[in-house]
Amino acid sequence: MSTEHDHAHDQHGHTHDVAQHDPEAAERNKVPFYGKRIYAIRDLLIEKGVLSRDDVQRQIDYMDARSPANGARLVARAWVDPAFKQRLLSNPKSACAELGIDASGLVEFVVLENTEKVHNLVVCTLCSCYPRPILGRPPDWYKSFAYRSRAVVEPRAVMREFGTELAADVAVRVFDSSADMRYLVLPRRPAATDGMSEEELATLVTRDSMIGVTLAREPARAAAVVR
Amino acid sequence: MRTPTYVRGKQGWVERVHGEFRNPESLAYGGDGLPRKALYMVGFRQSDLWHARYRESSGDTLYVDIYEGWLVPADSAEGTGSG
Amino acid sequence: MARTHDMGGRPTEEPLNLHEHALADWEVAADAVAQALGARGIRSTDESRRAMEDMPAQDYLTLGYYERWVRGTEQLLVEKGILATEEIDRKMAELEETWGVS
Repeated sequence: MSTEHDHAHDQHGHTHDVAQHDPEAAERNKVPFYGKRIYAIRDLLIEKGVLSRDDVQRQIDYMDARSPANGARLVARAWVDPAFKQRLLSNPKSACAELGIDASGLVEFVVLENTEKVHNLVVCTLCSCYPRPILGRPPDWYKSFAYRSRAVVEPRAVMREFGTELAADVAVRVFDSSADMRYLVLPRRPAATDGMSEEELATLVTRDSMIGVTLAREPARAAAVVR
Repeated sequence: MRTPTYVRGKQGWVERVHGEFRNPESLAYGGDGLPRKALYMVGFRQSDLWHARYRESSGDTLYVDIYEGWLVPADSAEGTGSG
Repeated sequence: MARTHDMGGRPTEEPLNLHEHALADWEVAADAVAQALGARGIRSTDESRRAMEDMPAQDYLTLGYYERWVRGTEQLLVEKGILATEEIDRKMAELEETWGVS
């Protein structure tokens, strides 16, 4: 976490090339109005004891620890263990606890299973609600006006922008997270994955497949991207 | 407030009962959200929501989480199920 | 009539922009401050949503995502008497002076 306020007190005044001699100040030059505003708000709240520096850092650390890898572990386990899958579908928060995933930040969430005949897609048309305690921050497109407007009325057209084409006999179910429930899609296990370990299977589970705009990765492609 | 316009006046079905949660209309103004309100997952046929504007599959559905108070039984009041 | 934030089914042919930007430090701060206020029970999710919904349409449509968050956070803090707009203005000016930028 940068501490612009502290750095500023250490600086000498400077009139020459800021970028050359003071890269941090050059960075600060790029901070827009609302960026400076939130720094001011943050500093005031800390000065007044409304928040501590630790409070703020804790939230940064919390989000940094959250990523789609958590969701991928849930999905991979559900693929290999049918009893776990049932527990994940019927009581998702306690299924998370089984894998040591902290879902306490969620009021409640629902796992939506994709099947041969049903494909699920999640959106929040009113704002940008997303299962952040599981998946981390949502991608920009998920928060965009275009996605919020179009996902409910033309879900397949939206999926096509991700290269996803569903079979004609698959029904699409769109979930608009309008209240406190959060939704996570359980994508279908790809074909030709027999014998893969849970860890290998988890690499096929992308964030986008857990939102529902794509399917999980096929093994051949996954091998090319695993570092 | 949190019932999207596109489902108002539309008829659907209760797909799931989520349980009771603190009332968001009270929480939104710093209230304590009590008494709790029942929250329902309500399903709709996409063709019923958008009519001719929906160009995709006739089997497609959409689900929204709606609080009691925004729902009326479908067999009352001209058969409208939401709003 | 749908209010600005109520976007489901809003007529548009706008394609999705799939580019994902790395968060600037201030955006991380905007998120963290809002969440920290929530953790302290000072701000609820429903209050933040309502603050967004209160925003004038023009601002809602033109401000970026985290800019809207900063606006919403400020509105709630001022509403609750925790901070005043003038003191935020003063603090901003103070920070700009200390940084040696305009």
